[in-house]
Amino acid sequence: MQELLTFTIIGLSTGAIYAVVASGLVVTYTTSGIFNLAHGATGMLSAFTYWQLRFDWDLPAPLALFITLFVLCPLFGIVTERFVMRGLQGTTEVVRLSVTVALFAFMIGLANWIWPNDASREAFLKFYEGNSISIGGFNVSWHRLITFGCAVVVAIILRIVLYKTRMGVAMRAVVDDRNLTELNGGRPDRVSMFAWGISASLAGVAGILLAGDQQLNIEPLVLLVINAYAAAIIGRLKSLPLTFLGAGLLGLLDAYYLMVSDESWFPQTAFGFSLSGVRSALPTIVLFIALLARPQSRLRVGTTKLREENRVPEWRTAIMGAVALVVVVVGISGMLTRSNTLLLLNGFTFAMVTLSLVPLTGYAGQMSLAPLTFAGLGAIAMSKLPGDGNLVALIVAIAIVAIVGAIVALPALRLSGIYLALATAAFAVMVSKIVFNQRQTFQTGNITVPVLRVPFVTIDTPRARLILASVSFSILGLIVVAVRRSRLGRRLVALKDSPAAAATLGMSLTRTKLAAFAISAGIAACAGALAGDKVSPQQYEFTQSLPIVLLAVVGGVGSVAGALFGGLLLGGNSVLATIVPTVKNLTKIGPGTVGITLGRNPQGAAAQIGDSFRPLIEQPRLIAVSAAGAFGIWALDAADVISHWSFFVTSVVWILAVSPNLPALTAATPSRRVMAGAWLVVGLAIAAGVDWSTALDATGKRIILIIGLVALFGVGAQRVVENSPRVHSASPDLTGLDANFSREDIELAEQKIGVVL
Amino acid sequence: MSLLEVRGVMVRFGGVMAVGGIDLDAEVGQVSGLIGPNGAGKTTLFNVISGMQEPTAGQVFVSGVDITREAPHRRAKRGLARTFQRLELFSSLTVRDNVRVAAELAAVPDVDGTVDNLLDKVGLSHLSASVAGDLPTGSARLVEIARALATMPRLLLLDEPASGLDDSETERLGGLLRELAADGLGVLLVEHDMDLVMHVCDRIHVLDLGNIIAVGTPSEIQHDDAVLQAYLGTS
Repeated sequence: MQELLTFTIIGLSTGAIYAVVASGLVVTYTTSGIFNLAHGATGMLSAFTYWQLRFDWDLPAPLALFITLFVLCPLFGIVTERFVMRGLQGTTEVVRLSVTVALFAFMIGLANWIWPNDASREAFLKFYEGNSISIGGFNVSWHRLITFGCAVVVAIILRIVLYKTRMGVAMRAVVDDRNLTELNGGRPDRVSMFAWGISASLAGVAGILLAGDQQLNIEPLVLLVINAYAAAIIGRLKSLPLTFLGAGLLGLLDAYYLMVSDESWFPQTAFGFSLSGVRSALPTIVLFIALLARPQSRLRVGTTKLREENRVPEWRTAIMGAVALVVVVVGISGMLTRSNTLLLLNGFTFAMVTLSLVPLTGYAGQMSLAPLTFAGLGAIAMSKLPGDGNLVALIVAIAIVAIVGAIVALPALRLSGIYLALATAAFAVMVSKIVFNQRQTFQTGNITVPVLRVPFVTIDTPRARLILASVSFSILGLIVVAVRRSRLGRRLVALKDSPAAAATLGMSLTRTKLAAFAISAGIAACAGALAGDKVSPQQYEFTQSLPIVLLAVVGGVGSVAGALFGGLLLGGNSVLATIVPTVKNLTKIGPGTVGITLGRNPQGAAAQIGDSFRPLIEQPRLIAVSAAGAFGIWALDAADVISHWSFFVTSVVWILAVSPNLPALTAATPSRRVMAGAWLVVGLAIAAGVDWSTALDATGKRIILIIGLVALFGVGAQRVVENSPRVHSASPDLTGLDANFSREDIELAEQKIGVVL
Repeated sequence: MSLLEVRGVMVRFGGVMAVGGIDLDAEVGQVSGLIGPNGAGKTTLFNVISGMQEPTAGQVFVSGVDITREAPHRRAKRGLARTFQRLELFSSLTVRDNVRVAAELAAVPDVDGTVDNLLDKVGLSHLSASVAGDLPTGSARLVEIARALATMPRLLLLDEPASGLDDSETERLGGLLRELAADGLGVLLVEHDMDLVMHVCDRIHVLDLGNIIAVGTPSEIQHDDAVLQAYLGTS
């Protein structure tokens, strides 16, 4: 009895923290329609900020709390809403979710940068550390009481704010109908801003309380949000009382499990599998069950649709691209150092995992936050299967994971949008807590995945593995192209564009989603099975999946090229981080920063780059010129006229800065052609004329140089050849009315009416 | 036995009665009209028939089979197809692929032939390679009709197909509907364009505030007092 009371108190105080986090999640979701995956990260950042103020700079606790919770947190929330989230009205759910993933990555990067793990961090003290009172013979620390009190106060304040203040009434109006509120003179944007401010403070409260209860570490604080998801889903993302109830139950469940798991009768294993990870997976199990208990999502019409350019890839282009990729990799692999080879190899592995999201997210519009989980399962399957890594083992491994993926996904498939994404997140965490820690899977922490054995070829060097990876990516890419061109591919796109229409035309949405999940799981499994090296479970954790999802969307999840771009970008980012310590910290926030700007270019970067090459592709003569140039640069390197690095720099400048400008260059007026041409020649001369292997001492600096050269000379030349008089966009009779005449307007008008200057 | 029988269908959203116990039939080879002021419950009724909205009470039968609890995609296999008032095209697919998806789902023997045929029928052959999301509303509505027809339906539910169409397109649509009916298809038409409704419908149901207030031929409906009241208000 005594013990039960003890654990009830522990459970309720844990539940109190969940309740505070979850209520913040509900407040922002209802007022802005954005499910903030970064909510836990906000709490984490607040806890670190508080630590900085309170323990590092020795401010008194009330002042530190005031600054953190009532100044910095609301400010952060407001800035986030104003500059990041507001631009997302009218975008797809995938983009909205990706932006919060980006925010998540950004904040983790920021925390790692400011408070590196190795820094000696003084203990984060509980409130009134050491003080406790006795309730029914059991000592309850003041910290616990305060935690519990906070939840009660938050509940009361939220109730008063929502029902007794003007702002609260406006908030509830926005929840009911955003557009109608606006028509009636309400200001939904301000309401959202207010909600994000409150929400950030709530995350802050929870983060600080939890850091005191456990310790100041990034990961547990960030993953706190998973528990909050569960509570928020129990509250159906709208009811605060139900959310509090769910949080309380979750806390109690955790405490009681802890209580009974110590008993001698409690099984430590089941069917030979260890149950040690079950406790930390409890919230995700609850989340999963709560999601499954949701009623089938109704088919809705008139949901937001963003027209995404989703051209059917042509076989000719796809095969040319695949061959070109392999040729380029074979070509440059001979010049790379061993460590750079391994890094590029890593990039290709990421690219394959990213590719797994193309049919699922890009074509079918279904969000998965667990691509690496399937890669991990693939790696395990490959290492356990007999055959020492032959092709049969690879195919069996892929098939097993695809089937497992489909079976596990089956119950979740009646969900859609954010609920499906959360279910995959829950699945990812469950697998890493329960499956990856088994003796039968990752044993002591590392397993060796055998290198693929291909007939007639020995793959034993990093270079050979890199070439194998590029070939594998190309083959998988062609398979994805084949899927898109097939009957199934059209169905996947139909599912994304209009589930309602697809269903009324006779399509089983569940079966189509199942196919998408199985294909995606299979591709990810292939990436894992081809690891060909020692792998650890940490590589396949949920938090590792998030940057992949993010960069898939940044690169352009609708195309194979986008996946390659996103994957290599992620790989390249770690290249930068490992080689150049000076930019290391920037690379931590890099992916997040890129992703946050996603709202502006939802097509992804690959599509944008692809567009700049489109005029070139239509002119075979210019393609020949471009190819000849590239060959010439390679010849210079082969003849040892220029160094490998200079070759690399010059090639990139040639391909990215010169080639896309060729069509405009040939079409420009002679004077502009000479100017732009000269500018490009200067760029090439700098690229080829300097021996970059000695001029710069680090790969990172050279990469920055390349980006600079491409931007300066490529964009510069583009500006010169395309610099035509600005055409007034408004209707001609408004010229001079809506804006003053510009110089160009006057010039244009004078030209038109024949006044020669 | 009618092709479609709606019996006592009622839909309640909280305190609002959107549809209040409606009976309605649609027959093979006939164009049945469903008219009524905005908010009368026409689209809600369509959603019930196509399986996107579960009724609070009542049943829906197709050829005598109770389909009230069936999923939308199963109803499609029974020969039900619909278009949407707010367009629901597969906006990133081409016009041709929009229709093709539907034909493939119905497992028609000659997919390409069927698609060509239907695009020709609605007059969109010249747009077959355009991306559906780029089309103006009029053409988009015609794509929805062609797509619905590609499932080889027995009953076609059209939700305001003429809105956004110009006069010549509307005329063409009217001709197409008569042609389809002559081929033995049942059509249930929700439409605000009274010229079109009076011109093509065999029977018209008038819905107001969730209830059917009149049923009859176009000429009967035009002279019905209750209908005039619903549309013009009581004097």
